[in-house]
Parts: sequence; structure tokens; C-alpha cells
Amino acid sequence: MNILQGLLHTGLNTILDVLPIVMIIFGFQFLYLKRPLPNPKKVLLGFAYVLVGLAFFLEGLELALFPLGKTMAAQLTDPGFLGIANADDIHWSDYYWVYAFAFAIGFATTVAEPALLAVAIKANEVSGGTISVWGLRTAVALGVALGLVLGTWRIVTGYPLHWFIISGYAIVVIQTIFAPRMIIALAYDSGGVTTSTVTVPLVAALGLGLASTIPGRSPLIDGFGLIAFASLFPMLTVMAHAQIAHWRSGKKPSLSLEN
Amino acid sequence: MREVHLPKSLKPVLDSLRDLMPIVLVVAAFQLLVIRQPLPNLLDLLLGILFVAIGLSLFIRGLEMGLFPIGQSMAQSFARKGSITWLLLFAFALGFGTTVAEPALIAIADEAARIAAAGNLIHQSTDAMQGYALGLRYTVALSVGVAIVLGVIRILKGWPIHWLIICGYICIIIITEFAPREIIGIAYDSGGVTTSTITVPLVTALGVGLASSIKGRNPMIDGFGLIAFASLTPIMFVMIYGMVVH
Repeated sequence: MNILQGLLHTGLNTILDVLPIVMIIFGFQFLYLKRPLPNPKKVLLGFAYVLVGLAFFLEGLELALFPLGKTMAAQLTDPGFLGIANADDIHWSDYYWVYAFAFAIGFATTVAEPALLAVAIKANEVSGGTISVWGLRTAVALGVALGLVLGTWRIVTGYPLHWFIISGYAIVVIQTIFAPRMIIALAYDSGGVTTSTVTVPLVAALGLGLASTIPGRSPLIDGFGLIAFASLFPMLTVMAHAQIAHWRSGKKPSLSLEN
Repeated sequence: MREVHLPKSLKPVLDSLRDLMPIVLVVAAFQLLVIRQPLPNLLDLLLGILFVAIGLSLFIRGLEMGLFPIGQSMAQSFARKGSITWLLLFAFALGFGTTVAEPALIAIADEAARIAAAGNLIHQSTDAMQGYALGLRYTVALSVGVAIVLGVIRILKGWPIHWLIICGYICIIIITEFAPREIIGIAYDSGGVTTSTITVPLVTALGVGLASSIKGRNPMIDGFGLIAFASLTPIMFVMIYGMVVH
């Protein structure tokens, strides 16, 4: 019963969430382009789907992905599980299962991401074959995985988030100077593409769970930031991968395919 | 866009389940091999995962039936029709509207409000939490709108993308100095959250449509990059929101 009530409540709220985009699309369609709606029945049914789908999705997040991330964080940082009697003696390296979990989640969810496959195929065409589809997918997945490992390590140690992100930016800028020009826009976009709608809530819950169970950390200050790592690191690994592929191909200029 | 739609078909649900598969596999492997403790509320978890799969597939199906075809054809007609004022107005509205409805952002904003209430940053009432979450979402939506406008101007003028991105980085570094510590994490995360299910397809259609209708622009180089802007401006705007609210 509780779940049904939740669904209804979320369902009503989602109407407000979808309203702006509906108004914008219809507003521009009727007022500026002055065209009737093609296939109005199907469009309306589509909006009904969007509303119901959003309600189910948000309710499912509350039931599954948020608790799952927090439970995993709590279980993997439990002193009993780590086999450490005194909670004050814990060294950051004792949390190695946390890092392993972060790596596995980052790699697995990214490699299977359909949006990434499309990007990889495009990159393969643009680079004239020097960047292989699998190579790019692995580079991005490795980027997300390493990003999450470093991100969880930061939560464990409590260093300020912006140090890491700003250093990351510096590396991106340096890489931009040397990377083949065709790959730059793609690499920048790959950061945003990788973090899918399913991965974001789980990863956020993992970070918040870690920050609330690890002694000395506060969810308010340390809990967020994992998604930032997961979107920054693919830029680094994609440009690095393009650079390496470029050197390996014997400096074959990848710019020749510009048209 | 495919015209055939099969509401009864299980394919979209299977697609969403396939997206969830890696998470389920990794979690199951860790539970069985490493943690070896019973997972609490296993039934709720499984039901929730099913909800996520059903919800996501309905959501995307619905977008493909209505919003995407109209939005994409609209983006292309705006890209071809001359008026720059209307084009920029549309670009802003598109960025704003798609971001407000972005599912991952709704979830994260609610979570951020809960954390802020638990940490006594805001009142522990439903009203205050809803207000904070809504404020966060509208801030992010506003910033994505601005980002898309900037990105469209960049495509029109043909400015190189990396200079703008580097300027963005510098702005972020400066604002971080003045932002309250509690907002920095959420701000940096909001950059990655904004660009997913709804925003990417519609915004990419606008970018590629524009780049291919202007002479001397390469859709491959100039069409991309809107997403990159849309992941930078939220960081700045949310930090400013934090300075105002906290």
C-alpha cells in the first residue's frame, strides 16, 4: 500500500516536472512556427508514458538504487567486515574493497552504456581508423573507474574536492594542446555522456553512504563529488588514448579527414 | 525516427534491464564473494529495480513518441530560419525545459535537500526541503539554458571551443574560492548530472542542425561541444546559488 501511495504522490509531482518542456515545445510550435501538431494522439500518449515512467523511475530509485548504494557503503566500511577492532586505527588503505567496488561499478556500467558505443563508432570514423571502437570504450570505462576510485579515496581521506578537480582541469588544458584536434570536442563531450541516468543515483548514494559511515567525514561536505570525478576522468583518458593511438600510427595526420 | 511503436512489446523493458545488468552483476558478485552477509530488504530492492526498468523504458518510449520528433524538427527549423533572436530564445528555452525534467537531476536535488536539512543548513520541514531542491533544479536549468545560448553563439561565430572551456575552468576556480564548502560537492556533481536522457538528444539535434546549415562549419567539430558547455555552467551557477542561500 505504501508503495502505491508513493507512486501516486510521485506521479502528481512529475506533472510539474514535465510541464516546462511541454509548454516550451507547444508554445514554439503554435506561436512561432504556427504549425498544427503532427499526430496529436500519439504525442499525447507519449506524454502520458513520460509521466508514468518518471513516477516509476523515481519510486524505484527510492526503493532500490539509493538504499543499495548506501547499504554497500555501510557494509564495505564496517569495522567488523574489515576485521579491525579499534575504529580509530583505520588507515585509508584498509578500505581496499571500497576502491575495488568503485572500480568495478564504474567500469561495468560504462562499458555497457549504449550512448558510449555510438560515440565510439563516430570517433573511429573521424580518426580514420586510428582510434578503435573497443579502444575508446575501454579508455572511457577505465576513466570512469579510475575517477571513482580516486573519488572514493578522497572521501575516505577527506581532502578538499576542488583540489582534485582543478588539477584535473589543468591536465585537460595541457592535453588539449597536444591532442589531435578532431578528438577534442568529442573528448569534452565524453565526460557528460558516460554518467547515465541509472549510474548517477547509485554513485551518489555510494558517496553519501561512505561519507556518513567513515569516522570523521560529513555527508554535507564530503558526500558529493563522485559524479564530478566520473565526468572529468574520461576526458583525460580519451585524450590520452587518442594521443597514444596517434603516435602508434606513425604520426599519420588525423587531420586529413577534416572534410 | 521509427514510426512503429509496440506498447505491449517487452523490448524497451529488456533494454532497460540490460542497462541495469552491470550494476546487478557487480553488486551480486560483491555480496556473494566479498561481503557474504544477507542483503536487507532484498524484496524491496528487486521490486525497485523492476520499477526503475519499467519507469525508464516507459519514459524513453514516451519521449520517442512525442517530444523527440517535434523537438528535433523544431531545432532544425530554428537552425535554418534566419531570426537570431528567436533562435537564441529557443535555445535558452530548450536548455531550461529539458533540464527541469531530467530524472537524475530530480533525484539528486531531493537527496541534496535531505542532506542539507540533516546538516541544519536549512529548516527540517518538507516545505524548506522542497523549496531548496526546486531552487537547485531551477538554478541548474537556468545555467544549462545560458550554456546552450553561449554554445549557439559560438557555433554562429565559429569561436574555437577550447578557449571558452578554459575560460570556464578559470571562472570555476575563482568562484570556488568564495563558495561555501557545503555547496562545492553538489555544484561539481551537477555538471555531470544535467546531461543525460532528455537534454543530450535534443541539444545535439540543435547543434548538428545549426552546424550543417551554416557554410564553413563542420558538424563534426562545431556541432559537438554544446554538451561540454552544459556541464560547466551548472558548476558556477550552483556555487553562486549556494553563496546566496547559505
